[in-house]
Amino acid sequence: MGTADLRCDPYNVIITGVGGQGNVMASRVMGNVLSEKGLQITIGETFGASQRGGSVMSHVRVSADSTWSPQIPKGKAHMVVSLEPIEALRVLLNYGNPHTNTLCNMRPIQPVAVISGDATYPSLDYLKQRIAELSKNVWFVDVTDDAVKLGNPIYGNIMMIGALAETGALPIAREDFMTVISKTMPSDRVAANLAAFDRGTQMISRLRARMDDAIGT
Amino acid sequence: MSPILGGRKGSHHLLMGNEAIARGALEAGVSVATGYPGTPSSEIVERLAGVSREHNLYVEWSVNEKVALEVAAAASFAGLRSLCVMKQNGVNVASDFLLHLAGSGTRGGMVLVPCDDPGALSSANEGESRHFARLVEIPLLEPGDFQQAKDMIKWAFELSEEIRNIVMVRSVTRLSHASGKVTFGELSQLNTRAFFNHDGSPPNPMQGAVLSFPVALKHSQQQQKVQQAIERFEKSPFNTYSGPQKPELLIITSSTCHLYSKEAIHLLDLADRVGLLNMGTTWPLPSQLMKQYLATTDKILIVEEVIPFLEEEVKILATELAPQIGLKIFHGKRDGSLPSVGELNPDLVAETLAKIFNEEYIAVPEAYAARANEHTSSELPGRDLTFCPGCPHRATFWSIHTVLQLDNRKGFVCGDIGCYSLAMLPSGYSALKTLHSMGSGTGLASGFGKLGQFEMDQPVLAVSGDSTFYHAVMPALINSVHHRSNLILVILDNSGTAMTGFQPHPGRPIDAAGNEAHRIDIPSICEAIGAKVKISDPFNLHHTQQTLIELIEDKPGVKVLVLKQICALSPEKKAQKMYEMTIDETICLGENCGCNRLCTRVFKCPGLNWDINKRVSRIDEVICAGCGFCEGICPAGAIRKKEVA
Repeated sequence: MGTADLRCDPYNVIITGVGGQGNVMASRVMGNVLSEKGLQITIGETFGASQRGGSVMSHVRVSADSTWSPQIPKGKAHMVVSLEPIEALRVLLNYGNPHTNTLCNMRPIQPVAVISGDATYPSLDYLKQRIAELSKNVWFVDVTDDAVKLGNPIYGNIMMIGALAETGALPIAREDFMTVISKTMPSDRVAANLAAFDRGTQMISRLRARMDDAIGT
Repeated sequence: MSPILGGRKGSHHLLMGNEAIARGALEAGVSVATGYPGTPSSEIVERLAGVSREHNLYVEWSVNEKVALEVAAAASFAGLRSLCVMKQNGVNVASDFLLHLAGSGTRGGMVLVPCDDPGALSSANEGESRHFARLVEIPLLEPGDFQQAKDMIKWAFELSEEIRNIVMVRSVTRLSHASGKVTFGELSQLNTRAFFNHDGSPPNPMQGAVLSFPVALKHSQQQQKVQQAIERFEKSPFNTYSGPQKPELLIITSSTCHLYSKEAIHLLDLADRVGLLNMGTTWPLPSQLMKQYLATTDKILIVEEVIPFLEEEVKILATELAPQIGLKIFHGKRDGSLPSVGELNPDLVAETLAKIFNEEYIAVPEAYAARANEHTSSELPGRDLTFCPGCPHRATFWSIHTVLQLDNRKGFVCGDIGCYSLAMLPSGYSALKTLHSMGSGTGLASGFGKLGQFEMDQPVLAVSGDSTFYHAVMPALINSVHHRSNLILVILDNSGTAMTGFQPHPGRPIDAAGNEAHRIDIPSICEAIGAKVKISDPFNLHHTQQTLIELIEDKPGVKVLVLKQICALSPEKKAQKMYEMTIDETICLGENCGCNRLCTRVFKCPGLNWDINKRVSRIDEVICAGCGFCEGICPAGAIRKKEVA
């Protein structure tokens, strides 16, 4: 695979969320899926204490042939994939630029400061507006409820990878996803992960259909 | 099959730095691997433990880093290749033996891999292991990317056997826990018959007793070995240069700072003007190689983490070489070009480069930055770290906090190292008033507990995790009992080394590889030492608080309360709710209750939220782990639990 298949080299993705939402798993799966296409991936993550309820980020650099810094420079994200709305905005404020695209799960996780009443959680409308004005293209989805239906909110991260695949930002192919999942997961979890991936892609195709309809009318 | 085993020579893999190191050890034919868990190092021993049966390795999680180094050294003395892994401050613990080991020398190849944590992303310090290599005079290598992380391990084993001494390969968080492409080499199976030759003549490094005596002779032999290492370093494939022949500025760097520097040069489009010398062999520096590159320019920037080390070494060489290479202008930590605290990143290096070249580096277009900044940063609530939902530590510190408040004599808790260190924060009720190294909570409490002689009457508590207890608390507990100190040690036994990923410890019936192991019981040890011991379940709020009160009111002495409850993230418990929690909205009075919403205002579990519309508390079903503890904290009884069938 050559650089021609990437929109930029390196193409920079930040996967963000709250510790415990499965960031690390999402970045590893995505990295392995893209490796199947022969792309060279570098991932930087947050582990350990910083995972305990804190904001977490995985920086994924996708390149034809180079290893890049595991930390993406400020203002250089091409795509922000967020499992939580305020975390999407937090990342955009630091790593966004006029060409950054954002894919965001809108299910809030309240920070302790909000729970205790020391801070307020912004309204979802406000967050959507702010995220949209700092993004070139934006996709808002709700993966958490569907993930719970699949048996565990953690599936939200795989749904986001499915959704990311459907945006066309990166060459994430369903068959490559299957190959990776079959290699890295216990066999009894392959079906649920595949279902999660598919639900993610459907969310984006439905959004697109709705937008096409809106343009049509 | 494990990714570190399941690949033939020449195959490519996306590996975490730690996995690359583990693969490198297998390619080097390692036989014994030891360590003590600590972020960011833990996955190296974990991955090797995972393949220990298939690959006939002996892998152990030792009781602490010093013992880990000793166990690995024994394998080396018996002629095997051994690897020892720890986080940066683990080297402090191991350093006494390390000094003597460096003096005695080794036989089978022996490599020490410390993983440093610049920026203290998961540490209570950002100390460095590099200085120990210089201090005890052993060769130091630093991989600059994922491929080097693998390749360097094999090279380090060969070097170790050539000079018959231990070699240090230092990693950092951004390498150990980052992932990148690694091309595999051949797996090797060396002759692995262990035999300790000890009756030959002492001067023969392979035959006699292994000693650091006679010290002066052995020390001088050790220094000769270091000279031998330098000769290898002069030709090392891990020292690489890219850039023009005569750069305007030479960057000398090591480790992941090499990737930050490469990115910064790219961001500023300075590839034609800046040279990048990435040093994989950082102590001692190879002087001929350094002379060659230092001679190419007058201006040098040294990029490293955290405090100046490489910078000092380069400056010493440059001073010695000055008659041949001329005077240089240096930028780095000492002139303030780069910070001497925290980790670096591409932006910090780019800003420094821009300043040196009198250019401006603009990371984000102005209009976008203005749009991003038009609201104050307070638009986004911060996300303080907190215990996980269902974490037994939240329950423990709730009880300690409550009892100390009731006692009202300004009692306090000496903290220790683990997830429970978070109790220094408001989400742990700011219960911890000291926090230092492993075991120091009990050592400090032992000291505080002797201050009654000077009229101190504050209750003194210490906390310790189960793994920490074995690691370094036991000597401090012995000290406190022997000296009739006055303290309560609360042991938070969550059945594993939870923070780093449930590695087994001496209290578990299995070892690193899953083999049966002898279980050593914490309450029995404490009783044998002579402490009064009580046991409770932290989720049993009433019993725990009552026991604590009794222990505080009891006659002076050393008392231990063991609180047993498995970690919420442990494989046996994860994602399984014990209780379905609900709020009875007809009973919750919220702000109008005398408690003024105690459960959310003070208790603050992420699974228990405040509904701003209904003005009552509510359970976040997605977050709540169903531990049931919060039922006991509501004075009105509005929080209900129902056992999950």
